[in-house]
Amino acid sequence: MKEILERINQQFNCIGHEFQPENLSWVQVDKKQLVPLLSYLKHTEKFTHFVLLTAVDWIENNEFQLNYLLTNHTLHQDIAIRVMISRDEAEMETAHHLWQQIATYQREIYEMYGIDFPSSPRVHESFLLEGWDGIPPMRREFDTKKYSEETFFPRPRPEGKDPQTHMKQKLYPNEE
Amino acid sequence: MSEETKHNNQPENTEETNKFPKAHLQKRTVYSPDGEKIEVDPLQDYYLQDRPERRDPRYRAVEKFLNWARSESLWILGFGTGCGSIELPPLTTPRFDAFRFGIAMRPTPRQSNLFIISGYLSIKTLKRAIRSYEQMPDPKYVVALGSCTINGGMYFDSYNTINRLDKYMPVDVYIAGCMPRPEALIAGFNKLKQKIKEGRAEGANEYVQRFDEYKANQKQIIKDWNMPDYNW
Amino acid sequence: MKNKLFNITPDRSKYPTIGKDGKPEIDLSSGKFVKIWQGPNHPGVTGNMSLELTLSGDEIVDAKTHVGYLHRGFEKLFERRKYIQCFPTSVRMCVPESDSNEYCLAVGTEKLAGIEVPDRAQWLRMLTLEMSRLQMLLRIVPGQGGTMGLGIGVQWGMYLRDLILDRFEELTGGRIYHMYILPGGVRGGLPDGFEARLEENLKDIEKFVHRIDNVLYQNAVFRKRAMGVGYLDPSWIDEYGVVGSNARAAGFKRDVRKDNPYLFYNQLNWEVPVKTESDIYTRARIRWYDLQVTIDLIRQILAKIPKTGDVRAKTPNVMHWKIPAGQTYVKSESSRGEFGFFMVSDGTDKPRRINLRGPSYTHAVSLLERMLINANISDVGALMVSLQTCPPEIER
Repeated sequence: MKEILERINQQFNCIGHEFQPENLSWVQVDKKQLVPLLSYLKHTEKFTHFVLLTAVDWIENNEFQLNYLLTNHTLHQDIAIRVMISRDEAEMETAHHLWQQIATYQREIYEMYGIDFPSSPRVHESFLLEGWDGIPPMRREFDTKKYSEETFFPRPRPEGKDPQTHMKQKLYPNEE
Repeated sequence: MSEETKHNNQPENTEETNKFPKAHLQKRTVYSPDGEKIEVDPLQDYYLQDRPERRDPRYRAVEKFLNWARSESLWILGFGTGCGSIELPPLTTPRFDAFRFGIAMRPTPRQSNLFIISGYLSIKTLKRAIRSYEQMPDPKYVVALGSCTINGGMYFDSYNTINRLDKYMPVDVYIAGCMPRPEALIAGFNKLKQKIKEGRAEGANEYVQRFDEYKANQKQIIKDWNMPDYNW
Repeated sequence: MKNKLFNITPDRSKYPTIGKDGKPEIDLSSGKFVKIWQGPNHPGVTGNMSLELTLSGDEIVDAKTHVGYLHRGFEKLFERRKYIQCFPTSVRMCVPESDSNEYCLAVGTEKLAGIEVPDRAQWLRMLTLEMSRLQMLLRIVPGQGGTMGLGIGVQWGMYLRDLILDRFEELTGGRIYHMYILPGGVRGGLPDGFEARLEENLKDIEKFVHRIDNVLYQNAVFRKRAMGVGYLDPSWIDEYGVVGSNARAAGFKRDVRKDNPYLFYNQLNWEVPVKTESDIYTRARIRWYDLQVTIDLIRQILAKIPKTGDVRAKTPNVMHWKIPAGQTYVKSESSRGEFGFFMVSDGTDKPRRINLRGPSYTHAVSLLERMLINANISDVGALMVSLQTCPPEIER
């Protein structure tokens, strides 16, 4: 596995790579190198099984992180490719010509995070939510408890039966 | 088919109020496979054409007998809306045996009179649940299963599930738990049967009486009121 | 003299015209095609999803899947809860087989925090996972017959599943949602006499295994409806990322317990069943073999559990537990295939991102759309159950 990482490092300019024990390794590349790297891994290094595509929102650094996970079934190893894209222009090249199932992941990421994958099939159709007109819900600035309290009618708690105050009085009777 | 539609006191769902217009929801002419020409207006044809009417018992003397008959043959609509639907198949096995109470599962709302809302309802499912409820014939009863229908349960802060069921449809019996055991379900059915025999299960009439309030709550939550469309 | 009653000449004007690329040209306003919606309710599938099918006669010409009826926004809920509070919530992600969720979350938390689990706890975790797989298989194996109208297998299977749920209730306190596996180990040991009662239940299940062979797999109607139907081409396995018993029925020997062994699966002794004709009948057969393998594994585990030892490692105070930053991916084998959790932590006491990769995400959304083309409308229910679609894990 370490030889494979060395070869990838030589061919594509990796920003970082790491070999974790228990079959998982990480490689971080630039946005433009991603699709050539995926194609190289699929055809040359035999990482033929695509597992997962996720996004993580790092709002403090103003960027999104995309993770592509692949598996090699002869060596039983996983490899994860990390790509950072900017939060203001959230757009990424599509990879669905390599694996057909990526189109579903890209639909979900567009709906949940707002990251656009132009020319992916059916990417602008609503996938999980129906009639949603707010910001993409998985972004960190969306407060789900506040939204739920405002939209759905929460049942008010009956008077004098708040469990937090009751337990506080029971466990710490002397504290104020 | 679409000549006598009247919308009495229902808010119009025109293109201006509809924020999610779709191309196939315009008026159009289709040809059925037999060659017949049909005019279709999807936004008018798929909802309640008239307001529902209150059903009062016609012969009070027989009503007690009829209530007993209704309570001893409750037919459930087989629509599993959430987590709780996983405890419904064990009810029909010989161990818990709901069939001895006369309870059977029916696939269509036109032939059932009990709707079990088993668990949470997302907005997408709420729309279809309301439509199924409105398609059931009177008298009909609703049993709310699980704590998600009472106050939101485990998903109280989710952006896609409702918190209180009785703002959208009238509920007769609540069964608490997460999830309730099949024995708890049978105890809930017994309570419902007692309520029906006493003549207090008036969910359908309550829906008629508070129709505007329920519809306003539903339309506030469900922003996309269009229904999936067939092509003829 | 020709009998006019049986003089049937087909009216070719009603058939769809084939376009240039070999696919029929679909024109919905002509009378040749009917578009219907099948769903959200399906027999045998534990959840809601709907299919938008375009039919020409009895044959499906175009299919689209619609999911989202069970979307609760789990991943957003996890960001609001502390790590220990995520456990009761995560159990409800995949409703029928709830132990895989807890296990993957616990292992991910332990990896990020660097906690070692004692041996006895690992064996108990294995026991719970195998029992959970057993009760799921008892639902799925006769469920394939249930979609074609054979209801007796479903009644037997649900009754035996209730016996296993009774064992779970003794062990953990709940029938369906156990919340037994926690970071550091499990919640408690086995009660007295548990092994003897479980062994009795396993004997009943073995009788069921032989009976269901006669009733379902030798049944002429089932064989006619299932053999040769729903063929999954082996070249689609890697294109769509098919895992689990669907891949094993097409000749690929893939099982996470053998490829990347976790817990103590490398100390147990079993063979992964593999077959090559991948139609509905073979997939149902593979699950039948899986059932026998699971019963064997449970017996081996019960013989090897150490009698004494810790069931839980010491963890810091879980209400104020801050886990160092890191990213990891853990996977386990559920009855459907590879079940994985991707976790990201950032040094605070709440997780940054937890994502679930359920096997039905590809089986039921993209693969099903491809497999439904040129299928008969009466086989749609059987196809969905044979791919083991479980909608709660698609849309979390």
